[in-house]
Amino acid sequence: MSKIINKYTYAIILLKQLVKTDFKLRYQGSALGYMWSLMRPLFLFLIMYFVFVYFLRIGEGVPHWPVQLLLGIILWNFFAEITNNSVTSIVGRGDLIRKLNFPKYVIVVSGAISALINLAINMVVLLIFAAFNGVEFRPEMLLSVFFIAEMLIFALGLGFFLSALFVKLRDINYIWEIIMQGLFYGSIVVYPITYILSKSPEITQILLLNPAAQVIQDTRHVLVSSETQTLFTLAGDKWYIALIPILISIVTLVLGALYFRRRSDSFAEDV
Amino acid sequence: MSKEESTDAKYAIEVKGVYKDFLLPQEKNNSIKTKTTSIFRKKNKTVATQNALKDISFKIKEGEFFGIVGRNGSGKSTLLKILAGIYQPTEGSISTKGKLVPFIELGVGFNPELTGRENVYLNGAMLGFSKKEVDAQYDHIVKFAELEPFMDQKLKNYSSGMQVRLAFSVATTAKADILLVDEVLAVGDADFQRKCFAYFRSLKKQKKTVVFVSHDMNAVREYCDRAVLIEDSELVEAGTSAKVAQAYSRMFMNEHQEDENTDEKQALRWGDGSLKYTQVKVSPSTVRNEDFIKIVTKVAIKNDIDGVIFGFSLKNSADALLFGSNSLMQDQKFENLKKGQTLNIEWTIPNFLNDGEYLVNVTAESLAAEPCDWWEDAATFTVRKETQTGFVVFPKIELDASYGKKA
Repeated sequence: MSKIINKYTYAIILLKQLVKTDFKLRYQGSALGYMWSLMRPLFLFLIMYFVFVYFLRIGEGVPHWPVQLLLGIILWNFFAEITNNSVTSIVGRGDLIRKLNFPKYVIVVSGAISALINLAINMVVLLIFAAFNGVEFRPEMLLSVFFIAEMLIFALGLGFFLSALFVKLRDINYIWEIIMQGLFYGSIVVYPITYILSKSPEITQILLLNPAAQVIQDTRHVLVSSETQTLFTLAGDKWYIALIPILISIVTLVLGALYFRRRSDSFAEDV
Repeated sequence: MSKEESTDAKYAIEVKGVYKDFLLPQEKNNSIKTKTTSIFRKKNKTVATQNALKDISFKIKEGEFFGIVGRNGSGKSTLLKILAGIYQPTEGSISTKGKLVPFIELGVGFNPELTGRENVYLNGAMLGFSKKEVDAQYDHIVKFAELEPFMDQKLKNYSSGMQVRLAFSVATTAKADILLVDEVLAVGDADFQRKCFAYFRSLKKQKKTVVFVSHDMNAVREYCDRAVLIEDSELVEAGTSAKVAQAYSRMFMNEHQEDENTDEKQALRWGDGSLKYTQVKVSPSTVRNEDFIKIVTKVAIKNDIDGVIFGFSLKNSADALLFGSNSLMQDQKFENLKKGQTLNIEWTIPNFLNDGEYLVNVTAESLAAEPCDWWEDAATFTVRKETQTGFVVFPKIELDASYGKKA
């Protein structure tokens, strides 16, 4: 029993230190330091805003579209940061793995926690921006925590799977890069859902089965504008369809973690 | 998986029938291209299996200082990594009791971009210390490492000696039931080594279970209660540290003697072939308290030679030439040697050598300084002395002292 407790205290000690180290090292030596984790999504937002909203006039008539756009970018970045960083995370820590026996999942989880910290900072900026844009503050907003948790589960599951697979198959990072480029446009980040809805409601629903897309829409719904359609509002009578992405997220985490655990015993030999 | 609580109270570590195989793909099969092409030619897939360990079993008692000795590549480091839980055994099981801290390498997780202080906490976490525990030990760690003024500097600005000192200082505060120590302590200057050995003595005094992997038979003899010898992936000797250390030394002796027989190690032996050393041996081969050491050589003359100068020199294990002599210096002349003659030449030297391994070079050259037979590392021998000193030689020294009258 005491051994089990020891095992987890060790994992928590390591987790704290790895997150701290990551936080300290991330923008070390840069003049603006941690400001960059705000600047990156903000500048991406400005570019998207000029291209899509200002010139192409996308999102006209959609309530608080600039806020929705920024929210989408922030959430997408959160998802991308966890998955992209985790791919090479195990191999990147090879020096440690070869010399020490420790719970390897700590590496992937610490990356996710760093991304969560980033997300929290970005969300503060978003809320300020939302207030200036005249977004009404409602108690429903708290539901966004649930959706962010869902995204974390999904991303973590993918992270476990990708990082363990990369140890054996070093092409995964390139493959994942391509998949992410496709997913970015498929996750309804830079255009309002009404655009694609007017063309084909079926395709919209299929796209929303992707947890990343569903979470972005649902968070927009509860946080910015209740007029925004989500998988739940589109499903109507068949409300249970809205459970599919949640299920996908949970199954991804379970399978990813199982695969990771099975492979982790031989990481020290393979990295 | 195979780690479980040991049921026997007496043993800290039990190793039962451990095998470890490494699969070595001839061509690294980790990109899609090789994976897909290998589907089509499965038969050509070549995977070599390397048996790093074969059927290793032993038990380590609680409070025992236990040595694992063996040469490079014998599998002892693999064994240590299995004990540390870094590798999983292919077959067999290992059970350990209590908290185990491995020092496979000092300063695991050190990051050059962080300050010394931050690295202490990071490295501490790797060894299982919470922030609180490091807080409590911090001043002691810094003081022991003698790095008080540098703790807020980045680690990359430290000298390698400073880094090792800091890492060692963190490591020695580890509170563990079992410590696994690799040869990390072989690095560092004399001052640092002294600290390490003091730490070892304190571990021994505290009755900690220590597993110590080493080449250094003096250290094994001095600190270990028992030891095992690993050779070619197998356990070949187990028992008291003296017995195992002897087996280890003998292994090298045998090999050197084999070398003698196979004779021509070209790089280390050359000459015009007008004569040959047929035997070079040291008597006794393990020198203890004898007053003199004899280097006994036999020489066969292959061609008529006008004159020859015979000589020898001695090297220690650090490859430093210690001393030597030749027949010219000893005022002996060897002239008009005839084909077919043999000569016995014996050098007698006083035993002022320090504990360690020594190599003998023997030489024979013509009066014109052309080498006839020049043979380096022709023989080896070991010197065992009760007292250890850090000096190169250890001559008999007498100390006389008396108290004068009070002024």
